[in-house]
Amino acid sequence: MDTTDNADLPLDLTRGVHLGRERFARSAVFVCAAVTVLTTGGIIAVLLIHAAEFFADWSVWDFLTGTQWSPAIEPVQYGVLPLVCGTLVITLGSAIIALPLGVAAAVYLSEYARPKVRAVVKPMLEILAGVPTVVYGYFALVYITPWLKNVFPSISTFNTLSASIVVGIMIIPFVASISEDAIRAVPKSLRMAGYGLGATRFSVVVRVVIPAAFSGIIASFILALSRAIGETMAVTIAAGQSPRIANLLNLEDTFLRPIETMTAAMVNIGMSDVTGDSLAYRSLFAIGLVLFCMTFMMNILGSWVTSRFREKYE
Amino acid sequence: MTSPKDIPAPAMKLTVERSGRAKDWLLLIVCLLSTCVGGAALFTLLAYVVVDAAGWLDWQFLSSTTSRFPEKAGIFPAMVGSIYMAGLMIPPAMVMGIGAAVYLTEYAKPSRLTRFIDINIANLAGVPSVVWGLLGLGLFIQLFDMTYGTLLVGALTMALLILPVITITSREAIRAVPDSLRQAAYGIGATKWQTISRIVLPRALPGILTGTVLSLARALGETAPLIMIGVPTAVFATPDSPGDKFTSMTMQLFSWSDYPQPEFQRGVLAAGVVTLLVVLLSLNALAIYLRHRFQGKHQ
Amino acid sequence: MVKRSWITVWLAVAALMASCGGTEETPGTKKLSGEIKIAGSSTVYPISMAIAEEFSKLHPDVKVSVSSTGTGGGFKNFFIPGKTDINDASRPIKASEAEAARANKIEPIELAVGIDALSVVANKDADWADTMTFAQLKRIWGPGNPPKKWNEVETAWPDADLELYGPASTSGTFDYFTEVVIGKSGSHRSDYHKTEHDNVIVQGIEGNKNALGYFGFAYYTNNKDRIKAVAIDGGSGPVKPSLADAQSGAYPLSRPLFIYVSSTALAKPHVKAFVEFYVRNSATKLVSQVGYVPITDAQMKENLAKIGVK
Repeated sequence: MDTTDNADLPLDLTRGVHLGRERFARSAVFVCAAVTVLTTGGIIAVLLIHAAEFFADWSVWDFLTGTQWSPAIEPVQYGVLPLVCGTLVITLGSAIIALPLGVAAAVYLSEYARPKVRAVVKPMLEILAGVPTVVYGYFALVYITPWLKNVFPSISTFNTLSASIVVGIMIIPFVASISEDAIRAVPKSLRMAGYGLGATRFSVVVRVVIPAAFSGIIASFILALSRAIGETMAVTIAAGQSPRIANLLNLEDTFLRPIETMTAAMVNIGMSDVTGDSLAYRSLFAIGLVLFCMTFMMNILGSWVTSRFREKYE
Repeated sequence: MTSPKDIPAPAMKLTVERSGRAKDWLLLIVCLLSTCVGGAALFTLLAYVVVDAAGWLDWQFLSSTTSRFPEKAGIFPAMVGSIYMAGLMIPPAMVMGIGAAVYLTEYAKPSRLTRFIDINIANLAGVPSVVWGLLGLGLFIQLFDMTYGTLLVGALTMALLILPVITITSREAIRAVPDSLRQAAYGIGATKWQTISRIVLPRALPGILTGTVLSLARALGETAPLIMIGVPTAVFATPDSPGDKFTSMTMQLFSWSDYPQPEFQRGVLAAGVVTLLVVLLSLNALAIYLRHRFQGKHQ
Repeated sequence: MVKRSWITVWLAVAALMASCGGTEETPGTKKLSGEIKIAGSSTVYPISMAIAEEFSKLHPDVKVSVSSTGTGGGFKNFFIPGKTDINDASRPIKASEAEAARANKIEPIELAVGIDALSVVANKDADWADTMTFAQLKRIWGPGNPPKKWNEVETAWPDADLELYGPASTSGTFDYFTEVVIGKSGSHRSDYHKTEHDNVIVQGIEGNKNALGYFGFAYYTNNKDRIKAVAIDGGSGPVKPSLADAQSGAYPLSRPLFIYVSSTALAKPHVKAFVEFYVRNSATKLVSQVGYVPITDAQMKENLAKIGVK
């Protein structure tokens, strides 16, 4: 519940005895809130300043529309599209895994599970998100890829599928938790009305509850995907360094071969031997800027969806 | 959304009898399986790691420094480094986070500014970890001219990284405190700050703590920001002060995965992974325990 | 850190010499303390790390830290602004970098610390790939119309698809290969499996008879039972990569590795002691233990003179 209407209460309720302290407290907490804004400003400033140095030598248009990412192989090209494609492919792969599993888990937790079961299962789901991403990357490379080789013998050591699987597992809790909150928020009266008409559990869940919780579920999707887009270490370790535009119609080419995401490219350039003052090094910040804008837009979209489509239950 | 009018009553009854049961069962099974799949996958992977770590995870491993010889390599300075970093980063993150949350819930009037700060914090929570590393590099190391790879810079960068999440969870915890308590406090003449500090915050503390512990676990699992701020992958002494260089468990694991000897790949790395996971799971368990304990209290 | 007595230090040194086969101890060491900051190339990292490991055992009060930031990033972000004492480099410093350092009153002192015998590796069952010439390598790896099959390069080779593995284009190893083998920096085919994770290259080649790759000697020497090295013919007969041949210069793909020491840092006694320790030990088998070729005694003497030690 929003308590901001308390802000109207006068500060000097006790006739100035603690007025100084009150004023100080108010300024102090304001400063804390201001720090969050300054942090965003800081991020944007750092990215913009260095990216501007990059764009002084390579046009923004070529960067945003170029289809080749080749910072050190002749002909040198800085087109960000292959990296964006890499990020989107991994995100797509992880979405295929996490979104259905997450919603189904949310349904189970809210519709079926007894409180005792829920108290155990919900934390276990959250643990999936607590495993360090570098560990997920290691799992993908050392355990999952060899296992996948039994199923797809032609799979490369670095491939998109492994990375998608671990990122998918990692974001299931995001979808499950938030969707579950949304589903639980659907009033019991709606469900009861469905049952009262003789509808089965299946119908009630699929045709009443989920549509009602729809905005919350979509918001959970957007948040989870935003997390997948920003995932760094798992993809750096497991997906390889082959920036390319995957042919989505050719599943083998898309999932069984290596690909490079924006985040992996940033880490790899940051740790590489390129000369510090070079265009190649500065491209790192340009990618960072694009990445920041993407996650920013996803979050704005998420907020908009939540507020626009929120079901009014009364 | 299906409206009740759309379901013809007599037809529904027939459908329920024949296929309803099957579909219900199907839904239950699908949902149950989905819930378990993620956990089962992780469990399998953990089992593999534990098996690989057998023989490598011993006291020598936990108490030694890293080495070029796999048999001698250990995780001690990295463990200490991670813990010190976590310890240093929590106070500023909590103070700032709770402060910002208090401002947004108790002081700020709904306005465009408040809405802007809200959106801003939600967005910061989603910023990729590598970008936080760039912020640390550009702000602390380059602008403030601080020493790279030290506990101080690492703690500050990570504090900023977890600040949005702590703010959001604190805000939810503070909002959950019933307004009647506040009104009661004002009613007996308490000032705003007295109310906040003596009534609201203590009630919100469990939720705040849970959020903090979870953020702590997240920070301990991060690697990319530390890479960008130049955290070393080899230190041979534990840090004595915030100005000392440190390494974290994640950085150590990342660097070990590149060593040529195969023993590093399977044995040493697996032992390191198990150590890290044990530390993190303990923290998660602590969060869950705190949540239960304090939830029961105020029910 | 526990302060050790003199006797313990000398006993430790004796034990060390027994176990590691004679680490070169700097004569007349006093109790040193301070911080030594090293950053730079991930290729040179294992050497710096090994030296730091041994030095730390002898001087526990000196805090050495090694960061793997890449050669270029190491120079720009850390060495030139004076934040590190030593930058590991898998290539010589560029003129622009040296100038920028001097503008900050830092004179970069170049010291060769080892040689990497860059190895071209193939699957053990690939019996046609025992020897290759520079011309063949250039044809396989070069940019212009890169061949898809082995027999497009040499008709005697099998009619099978080439599966190529190599370092990412932003690495020093890649730089060296393009300059020395293909002849022009950045000139390389782009359709190969790129990775910085050399262990993965080993895996990939081991699993495919038609695979070929290249990386640093350390990864070959640690996996001799899984892959084989191709003997390179640089014009005077095929030579397999080995420590002896790389040191003598007989092996054509020998890449020198450097550290650059900051002149301002060298003025500090503990840094000077460390660098002297480094120089002396880079001529010993400590370097070969990590998979590189040690420098010659002559180079060691040259380096000692550069840092002002007789």
